Amino acid sequence: MSIDLSQFHQVFFEESYEGLDIMESALLNLDPANVDAETINQIFRAAHSIKGGSGTFGFSQVAEFTHVVETLLDQIRGGERELTANFVELFLEAVDCIRRMMNQLEAKEPCDIPEAATIRKNFEDILAGKDTGGGSPSPATIADEAKADAAPSGWKIYFKPGEDIMRTGNDPLRMFRELASHGPLTVSVVVDDLPSISGIDPEKSYLRWNLELLANVDKSAVDEAFEWVVDESEIVIEPLGGAEQAIAATEAVSPAQPATPVQPAAQPESAKPAVADLPAQTNTQTTAPAVTPAVVSAEKASAPPATESKSAKVDKSKVEVSSIRVGIDKVDSLINMVGELVITQSMLGELGRDFTMDKLPKLLEGLDQLSQNTRELQESVMRIRMLPISFTFSRFPRLVHDLSRTMGKKIELKMIGENTELDKTVMERIGDPLVHLVRNSLDHGIEKPEDRIKAGKPETGVITLNAYHQGGNIIIKVQDDGAGLNRDRIREKAIANRLIAETDKLADEQIYDLIFRPGFSTAEKITDISGRGVGMDVVRRNIQELNGSVEVESDPGVGSSFTIRLPLTLAILDGQLVRVGEHVYILPLISIVESLQSFKGMIHRVAGGCDVLRLRNEYVPIIRLWKIFNIEPEYRDLDDALLVVVEGDNMKVAILVDDLLAQQQVVIKSLEENYRRVEGVSGATILGDGTVSLILDISGLIKLAGVRRDEYKRVKNDSGRAA
Amino acid sequence: MPKILAVDDSASMRQMVAFTLKGAGYDVIEAADGKQALDKAKTTQVDLVLSDVNMPVMDGIALVKELRALPNYKFTPILMLTTESAGDKKMEGKSAGATGWLVKPFNPDQLLATIKKVMG
Repeated sequence: MSIDLSQFHQVFFEESYEGLDIMESALLNLDPANVDAETINQIFRAAHSIKGGSGTFGFSQVAEFTHVVETLLDQIRGGERELTANFVELFLEAVDCIRRMMNQLEAKEPCDIPEAATIRKNFEDILAGKDTGGGSPSPATIADEAKADAAPSGWKIYFKPGEDIMRTGNDPLRMFRELASHGPLTVSVVVDDLPSISGIDPEKSYLRWNLELLANVDKSAVDEAFEWVVDESEIVIEPLGGAEQAIAATEAVSPAQPATPVQPAAQPESAKPAVADLPAQTNTQTTAPAVTPAVVSAEKASAPPATESKSAKVDKSKVEVSSIRVGIDKVDSLINMVGELVITQSMLGELGRDFTMDKLPKLLEGLDQLSQNTRELQESVMRIRMLPISFTFSRFPRLVHDLSRTMGKKIELKMIGENTELDKTVMERIGDPLVHLVRNSLDHGIEKPEDRIKAGKPETGVITLNAYHQGGNIIIKVQDDGAGLNRDRIREKAIANRLIAETDKLADEQIYDLIFRPGFSTAEKITDISGRGVGMDVVRRNIQELNGSVEVESDPGVGSSFTIRLPLTLAILDGQLVRVGEHVYILPLISIVESLQSFKGMIHRVAGGCDVLRLRNEYVPIIRLWKIFNIEPEYRDLDDALLVVVEGDNMKVAILVDDLLAQQQVVIKSLEENYRRVEGVSGATILGDGTVSLILDISGLIKLAGVRRDEYKRVKNDSGRAA
Repeated sequence: MPKILAVDDSASMRQMVAFTLKGAGYDVIEAADGKQALDKAKTTQVDLVLSDVNMPVMDGIALVKELRALPNYKFTPILMLTTESAGDKKMEGKSAGATGWLVKPFNPDQLLATIKKVMG
């Protein structure tokens, strides 16, 4: 039977990543001075599983690499070796290395991590200081291979099992069956040891056997049948037939056979102790050295084809598989909901079969129930996509550990609300912005220890990650107790970059908000931690793409706090329905700043033919939806229509619509998957009456309408000057 | 249909073992640690137990001891999944009452061959 192992790869990768995360966080929590046995055990188990799995699924590089890691862990676990801070760092490097190997393997790329060899060498050097405990094949393997050519016509076997053989579930019959599978087997039983009937313990074995196997097989095949019982049994295996054969086989096999005079001299070194242990019973010997090799060779023989079939698979299935682990309680609640839905459905079906008007109240009640079921079902389904934010938070302890070492700062990371749940997609995409914010706090926020002491603060700075739910949103706060944002420097920088005019009077929040503008970076010297050209503007843009927002608060000398607000899911959107002619579109509610009835005095025409709305001291470009989508509106005149001011891509635009309709939650259907990408439209949804409505993408619309950012800036700056 | 209890804390190993054995016509019950396995073995009589050694909560060695103490599992074959390097684990498993072992890494064919050897 051939089984395609690649079907288990995805699960293997997932659990390996989990194992690596466990190793990493356990390592970070380890105090070398006070090692907790269970923590070491936990790390060992994770490494052990990764090794076992990677070996089984054909990822030999990972298996070999992890083997040295596991061996050292095992020695520490067994108390043979002390854990030092250096070991912890080395283990962390190894975790990274394994993770990268996994990444490559998962991407079906050849596994090639340049530093793997160095790290492995480090482990081997440490291990070489002492007994390595496994790894390289034992000398017995070689002996086993050497004797493989001596295959006689059959074997004579004496087998006296230990009394308790049955209690380990080993049935001698099983062994005979296995031997018989090689060729004709003669079995004769010796009952001399059988006690009188009153003395018999039915659970014990009192029998001995003499067997003759007529088969031209290696001794290892015979050994294999007794592999599991060899230690507690007396087993003598001799070749059947001619004398030369007997000698050839005895050399490797049967050191304690007195009938063969040549034998003691030729006896292999390793077998001597076994003889010494068995002084009286000259006709018996143990076959212990042969146990391991039998397995080694079996594995050797079968490993290469497995690898081949795997690599052949690789090209065929370049499909991105992603799965999600869901708690059983969530699935149960889903099944429960479906159950209730079925009940409601059958009740409504019953009503409909012979409906009369007097059953109307019942019908309405049933419909009510149906809508409740649907809502609950929707919520349950959404919950399936929700994961605790600890999935994202878990990477930070390591990040902070490493970065504070590099930067010579003392930093403690606090994480609160790690069990707050968030949609999987949102989670995946919030990771990078969060990393950026944390790096930023580390680099610019927290001061050096000496500066902190001077400022009268504790030497160790604190960065807090806090996640919690608020309304239909999730809030993630990144807080530090560092120096806070430097108001004056931001202002100077903004003026130098022409983001604001020198005369502009801005409130503190407005100044702090400037750091999210494109092309803004106050870092005087570029470190490799932050300030690599990727600025806070990218952070804000990424968060906005998730329909979220980010704000900063800061108190000089006390610290700064970044607040990210995200929708719980990307699959459902709070939308504002707007009408243009006969069409209904949806604007994301979060992007709407205000809606107003326009009148002549507010509209200006600027050079280039673009209409702008003067909104207090800002000029906002006007976008006519009917023009962009080429449809017939009810009102062409700006005076009759309504303007919805929305914000996207760091700028405001006013969208001209005929009417504002309801606000409602809509389920987003991807247009790209079902049709193709359309500029200005981020998706579609189905409204209550069954019609399809397009969800508008503000930044796409801005591009479509040809509103240029500099134009907006220019009119804005003009307005600033005018005011 | 013979019932096999497959115990491993690694889901991928468990899936691989279960898939292979089911394909060969065995009824497979899965457990993620010794404790779960013991509970399942108590409620359902299985014909063979295949258990990993290193597991959280209750490891494979402890599981064997617990099982052997149950009258129903005195003679049931119990195989340990061990690694090549863990020679002493094999012995520890044996003295706890394990029937034998299967060395990791193994492929589905090796697994089936060993199971067949024991189940006949």
